[in-house]
Amino acid sequence: MARLIVLGGGVAGHTAATFAADWLGREHEVVVVTPNSKWNWIPSNIWVGVGQMTKEEVTFDLAPVYNKAGITYKQAKAVSLNPEGNASSDKPFVTIEYTGQGKAGESEEVTYDYLINATGPKLNFAATPGLGDANGLGEFTVSVCTADHADHAAHELAKCIEKMKKGERQKFLVGTGHGMCTCQGAAFEYIFNIEHEINKAGVRDMADIKWISNESFMGDFGMGGLHMKVGGYVVSSRIFTESLFAERGVEYIIGAHVNRVEKGKVSYELLDGSMGEETFDFSMLIPPFAGVGLKAYNKAGEDITDTVFAPNGFMKVDANYTPKPYEEWKASDWPRTYQNPSYKNLFAAGIAFAPPHIISKPMKSPNGTVINPTPPRTGMPSGIIGKAVAHSVCDLIKKGPSAHLHEASMAEMGAACVASAGKGWLDGQAAAMTVYPVVPDHEKYPGTGRDTDYTFGEIGLAGHWIKHILHFLFIYKAKLKPFWKVIPE
Amino acid sequence: MAVRPEEFNFAKNDKFHTAMIPGKTARFFRTCKIWQFIRFVIINIKMIIVVSKSH
Ligand SMILES: Cc1cc2nc3c(=O)[nH]c(=O)nc-3n(C[C@H](O)[C@H](O)[C@H](O)COP(=O)(O)OP(=O)(O)OC[C@H]3O[C@@H](n4cnc5c(N)ncnc54)[C@H](O)[C@@H]3O)c2cc1C
Repeated sequence: MARLIVLGGGVAGHTAATFAADWLGREHEVVVVTPNSKWNWIPSNIWVGVGQMTKEEVTFDLAPVYNKAGITYKQAKAVSLNPEGNASSDKPFVTIEYTGQGKAGESEEVTYDYLINATGPKLNFAATPGLGDANGLGEFTVSVCTADHADHAAHELAKCIEKMKKGERQKFLVGTGHGMCTCQGAAFEYIFNIEHEINKAGVRDMADIKWISNESFMGDFGMGGLHMKVGGYVVSSRIFTESLFAERGVEYIIGAHVNRVEKGKVSYELLDGSMGEETFDFSMLIPPFAGVGLKAYNKAGEDITDTVFAPNGFMKVDANYTPKPYEEWKASDWPRTYQNPSYKNLFAAGIAFAPPHIISKPMKSPNGTVINPTPPRTGMPSGIIGKAVAHSVCDLIKKGPSAHLHEASMAEMGAACVASAGKGWLDGQAAAMTVYPVVPDHEKYPGTGRDTDYTFGEIGLAGHWIKHILHFLFIYKAKLKPFWKVIPE
Repeated sequence: MAVRPEEFNFAKNDKFHTAMIPGKTARFFRTCKIWQFIRFVIINIKMIIVVSKSH
């Protein structure tokens, strides 16, 4: 009997664990180690953040689902890996620290045959003074990264709307809280949901809404922008995005590294080296992401964290990490199997793997401050990678160590994104976008780096309906309801 | 002549001035239920193709 441990019960980990349990059957054991007791459909946190959904609608308890799937569930966080075992045993193990199940604070060493690291991001609020600290989100801004954060954001937003109704002008600042953030799409969706709610409340003329982002141009989205077919033209996402902001009267600051947050004020540096300040009454700034800080030790107990993990804390996989200039970046630099090069029974999936480099053009201010988005690893790629990695591990267990590994390169897969504005079935709208592939391949698609037949975007009710359907479909799938396997990631 | 409401934002700042802002017809089609139903079918087909090419 082999044991697979999946670290992280988010999009990638949950997908990997549920497929692996299904494919392996009761002959082998699948263990999920995750500190959360609930699964969260994170994209709908946006609607929680404007008070249009409750956090209960976007989360559900993991324990009954894992029980049904025959998965051993440990509500705990992984602390360190010993991929060679220790002095007394060759068996690799992970050290975990319980966060629930009546054992909070207790440590345990759990041995494994295979391990998938799907621990996602650490929300690194501490990277920007005032945005937060080691304990997480600070007191001056709000966040929508977790359901609890989003719930808090909704209450703060409601207070601002009340003030506007009483005649007090309010200033909203939404975007990225550091020069090296990713996840611009979430902030983008949130700002237009705020705008929609303020409009609905009849106080749009009392609100100044501003976007602040580390992107060097509007519509970069951490993917170096994209080109899509619209109205017979092939246009840059820059045109599409600038149009949306102009249409809705939302001003913007781009190329910005937010370097300090205080009560009602952010300070920032721009790509041209100049410094600026912006005041706000309400602000949602996405924090930069880092790995969750897992440590690794060899058999002798020596620290080998640098061997297993990249400096940003994400796990090294089969990517080409050789530093090279932007002009020499290739689609083939991106990993295919997500297997750790040093320990072949270790895999990473979703945000937890270390990308070879960013996707957007690297940028620095004259002061040497790096201001460029880091690469997004959104829900669809995270799910697809989780499934491919689970498939590889199942084959290794069932067919032996020479089994062929399954591949899922982000340079050969697309992503579908729907950014809503509003929640109502008839009064909301959304920008529906697909990009294929996520990582541009300039050899295969000279010109734009992507296939413009499958990279498209449009705004309307249709995309909005799709956003609603995705919400119900993915929660249904994650709960392992009948036919869950036929719903694609 | 009174400014058309959809053109109002062009005058707000230099960035908006050079942006593309949808006019009445484009806005109408975004919320026209029949047209959006057709787009819904088309976007779904496109997304399914992208999803299947990605697996
Ligand atoms: C507000 C918001 C909106 C978004 N909207 C969209 C969208 O519309 N479309 C889209 O495609 N993507 C969207 N995304 C991105 C999407 O949520 C992520 O791509 C996806 O969640 C990544 O999956 P993951 O499994 O890598 O990480 P996560 O889903 O974050 O899962 C990581 C898991 O690991 C657990 N964990 C953390 N530390 C440890 C540890 N030490 N040990 C064990 N487990 C640990 C966490 O508790 C969590 O359960 C959005 C993100 C945000 C923040």
